[in-house]
Amino acid sequence: MQSELEVGRESTNVKVITHRQGSAALFKRPRMSEELIRAFLFVCGALSIFTTIGIIVVLGRESLLFFQSGLVTLGEFFGSTKWQPQAGEFGILPLLNATLMTSAAAMLIALPLGLGAAVYLSEYAPVKVRSTLKPILELLAGIPTVVYGYFALTFMTPLLRALLGENTVQIYNTASAGLVMGIMILPTISSMSEDALSAVPRALREASYGLGATRFETIIKVVLPAALSGIIASFILGVSRAVGETMIVALAAGAGPNFTFNPFAAAETMTGHIARISGGDLSYNSIDYNSLFAIGLALFVMTLALNLISRAVTQRFREVY
Amino acid sequence: MTYMPNDQQFERGLRMRHLRGSVWQRFFMLSTIVALLALLALFYNVFDQAFGYVAEQYQIDPATLAPDGDISALENDGLTALLLEYQPRKIPVYVRDNLSVVDASQFTTLPLSQVLAGKTVPEEFADKTIRDLAPQDQANLLATNLSHEQLVQLVTTDVVGAEILESWDLTSSLFRRAEVEATAREKYPNAKFYFRSWINFDFLVNPGSSVPGAAGVRTALLGSLWVIAITVIFAFPIGVGAAIYLEEYATRSRINQIIETNVRNLAGVPSIIYGLLGLAIFVRALQFVTDGRTLLSAGLTMGLLILPVIIINAQEALRAVSNAIREASYGLGATKWQTIWNQVLPAAMPGILTGTILAMSRAIGETAPLIVIGASTFIVFDPNGPLSKFTALPIQIYQWTSRPQPQFRDIAAAAIIVLLVVLLLLNASAIYLRQRFKRKLQG
Amino acid sequence: MTQNGAYAIGLKNVNIFYGEKLAVKDVTLSIANQKITAFIGPSGCGKSTVLRSINRMNDLIPGARVEGEVTFHGQQLYDEKVDAVEVRRRIGMVFQKPNPFPKSIYDNVAYGPRLLGVRSKNKLDEIVERSIKSSYLWDEVKTDLKKSGMALSGGQQQRLCIARTIAVEPEVILMDEPCSALDPIATQAIEELMKDLVKTYTIIIVTHNMQQAQRVSDYTAFYSIRKEEETGGKEKRWGLLVEHNHTEKLFSAPQNEETERYIRGEFG
Repeated sequence: MQSELEVGRESTNVKVITHRQGSAALFKRPRMSEELIRAFLFVCGALSIFTTIGIIVVLGRESLLFFQSGLVTLGEFFGSTKWQPQAGEFGILPLLNATLMTSAAAMLIALPLGLGAAVYLSEYAPVKVRSTLKPILELLAGIPTVVYGYFALTFMTPLLRALLGENTVQIYNTASAGLVMGIMILPTISSMSEDALSAVPRALREASYGLGATRFETIIKVVLPAALSGIIASFILGVSRAVGETMIVALAAGAGPNFTFNPFAAAETMTGHIARISGGDLSYNSIDYNSLFAIGLALFVMTLALNLISRAVTQRFREVY
Repeated sequence: MTYMPNDQQFERGLRMRHLRGSVWQRFFMLSTIVALLALLALFYNVFDQAFGYVAEQYQIDPATLAPDGDISALENDGLTALLLEYQPRKIPVYVRDNLSVVDASQFTTLPLSQVLAGKTVPEEFADKTIRDLAPQDQANLLATNLSHEQLVQLVTTDVVGAEILESWDLTSSLFRRAEVEATAREKYPNAKFYFRSWINFDFLVNPGSSVPGAAGVRTALLGSLWVIAITVIFAFPIGVGAAIYLEEYATRSRINQIIETNVRNLAGVPSIIYGLLGLAIFVRALQFVTDGRTLLSAGLTMGLLILPVIIINAQEALRAVSNAIREASYGLGATKWQTIWNQVLPAAMPGILTGTILAMSRAIGETAPLIVIGASTFIVFDPNGPLSKFTALPIQIYQWTSRPQPQFRDIAAAAIIVLLVVLLLLNASAIYLRQRFKRKLQG
Repeated sequence: MTQNGAYAIGLKNVNIFYGEKLAVKDVTLSIANQKITAFIGPSGCGKSTVLRSINRMNDLIPGARVEGEVTFHGQQLYDEKVDAVEVRRRIGMVFQKPNPFPKSIYDNVAYGPRLLGVRSKNKLDEIVERSIKSSYLWDEVKTDLKKSGMALSGGQQQRLCIARTIAVEPEVILMDEPCSALDPIATQAIEELMKDLVKTYTIIIVTHNMQQAQRVSDYTAFYSIRKEEETGGKEKRWGLLVEHNHTEKLFSAPQNEETERYIRGEFG
């Protein structure tokens, strides 16, 4: 007993309260194993920080090398509409434009259909229909994007060509990829919006009905506005996913940067470009290698900004009930 | 005075309002239906391509080479004998493409002990180069080192010369059979016309090939399994550890808020960025550990990719464990870690496992990061360790889909079916696990 | 929209079911025009259920079913051809917990009229001011009608909800325990308001507060619960109407022994 107390007093300067019988002293014993475990778990948590630091450092360093090479300036990067590395042209606009076009096409589909499905499932569908359809819709979200890419190339493009003519629609085009991307993003918007709609309290709906409103009027004038922040957040998240999507555009949108506003022409997006170049022969110290990271950095900043805005929208405009 | 509509005006107004309501109701229902139709179209498209009639032509009729034309019934020796007979000049090429571990430029100059390191080489040839060997001995190298499936594939493509001239999709094959058959007979009078399921047993066990009729997903499937195994071994303990730290040890201190926000942000980063990260760190900077573009790099990269998902999910599972259990454990004098290890973690494990399985199914379908890491465009041997070059199922689908020849679309569709089945099994097991543990906890 | 006859609302042999379960049994009752009628009774006796059947709010609950006759000035409210939206326009409701929309005070009150097609700003301004004044809320909010309805105190919110209800000029106002979430001062304000409103509207109020019923109502209907043991050990409960009379008479000389016991506070 004595020695234990001695040890305790030496290793920690903690006040010792001795029990009258001198046994079972109640003092804080530093448990080495507990501390070790805690440290290990902290490292696990901190690893995620290292991932972020890693991303920023890697993208930043290579981009720095890219801009320091002397072949391209920031102004040229963001301003020039030509991306032709052999000619020393590194304007990101063609890639950025294609990314925005495909994302816009995607949102054109995903927004109305996603929100419409959310409203139907949350406000109109009988319980049994809802519980069957909701998981089926979730299926759409679980299909790998490469399968969507296959779908875009082998179904959507021929369909567009059949509808609009083979001279209007090229074999690789941004519209096809964008539309299929919309289908892929639809469940995200639908699911998040539905959660937002379901969270609107019953009391508000009852107040509206009590005043003699129809179901549609109640949805449009009371429920949707109350759920708006969640819905907007889902939209922004959808755009973020569209911007970062690779496989659908890699397979269906086209290879080779092309600055065009024609949705039926081929064009390469930022992600598609990174995939194509890194999939080929790539020497580590070339400017081509560095350029990939510059594009990657732009992509990272875009999606990060969108995700942060989405989060902020949810929190700032949350209705207090 | 009142501004309210009189009875007549109200009636009229009400009818308009109801009309508008029902029109919009149709739209909302339509949206859901369109989404479901898209899903249906996707499945239909895949299945449509994966089955159908084909017109196949042989340069040499397999019936003359083996009883019943069944090449796969022959033994390895018999198969190499065929190769020797019909493609004598290509024997060294086969050795180089399928067995050599050194660079192509050094294939003919280095001794076999180096060229075929790790393979079975007869003692007397160890110091000779490939050119020193007689064709029969070269062929024997193939017989002893290549798998049965690989040899069958070689014979099928290079001896039999089986070539699928044209394939038709399932709907045409079912509903316009006569028309299809007539076209086939007219265009390919000497070809064999039969109904083919592109997804069949051979497809599952054959390695990749440049001939669509003989190609299989074996290497890709094994590659995917290896990658996912490394991914889980890496990400699961770290992810769960981080979740435990955040949920059990974290007070509302700043560092923990930072970690949590950080994790949520990481979950939204596009997967291709993780590919770039993996390329720079695992493939390049840590090349001495990972040996470059290997399964190990791929597994570690995917691990980083799903780490945030595992953390978020495990956090929720831990949060769902009722505090009563913790209090009871502390009340009995247990330490924090004892409580976690013996009470909290077991209670949260079903949720954690389910979430991990779902994260795995997401990882198996990811292609972009693997492309950036550098999945090989053409490998035909099974992976033999974490330091092998690799390919993966979604990569294979991507590559086949990108090829112009229409038959590659067919095998891409078959590979998609394989991928979907794998995902289905994973998700089904996750659901089963969840049900089983729910029942267990509810006693 | 003239109010003819002495009775605004009539219930005859009304049974209300939730799915297969009987919730309220065989209620027959006439509500006097432009008077305040109070529904009192122990918790679970179905008084709110009966109230909500009058403006067809029960329609919103899947599986709810009303049998019997509910009439409004002689017209069957549950007739197939009757539109619930119309019913609710004529018969308004104030709820137990104030539920203003998360919009401005102005928009809360203007909501109903806008639904009915009133677009002109002048007209809406007038309706809003009139309704809020009639709800004794004007002096407190007139300086800022753009303020959010949810930023008001509980009592103010409930008066806002009343303003919202009368903005569409119903004939009947149903009040489902409107003061139970409010403090005594706010409650008093609402009771004063009710006495003013009854000059224009017919009011039915559900309350668990007997003193309130005595203070404000002209007529009172007392409901109670019946129980029955079912096979399998389960208990079936339903509510029914016990007594309905002038408030004074019901409280001073109840005709039913159960009413007397309830008034004396012997059960709740």
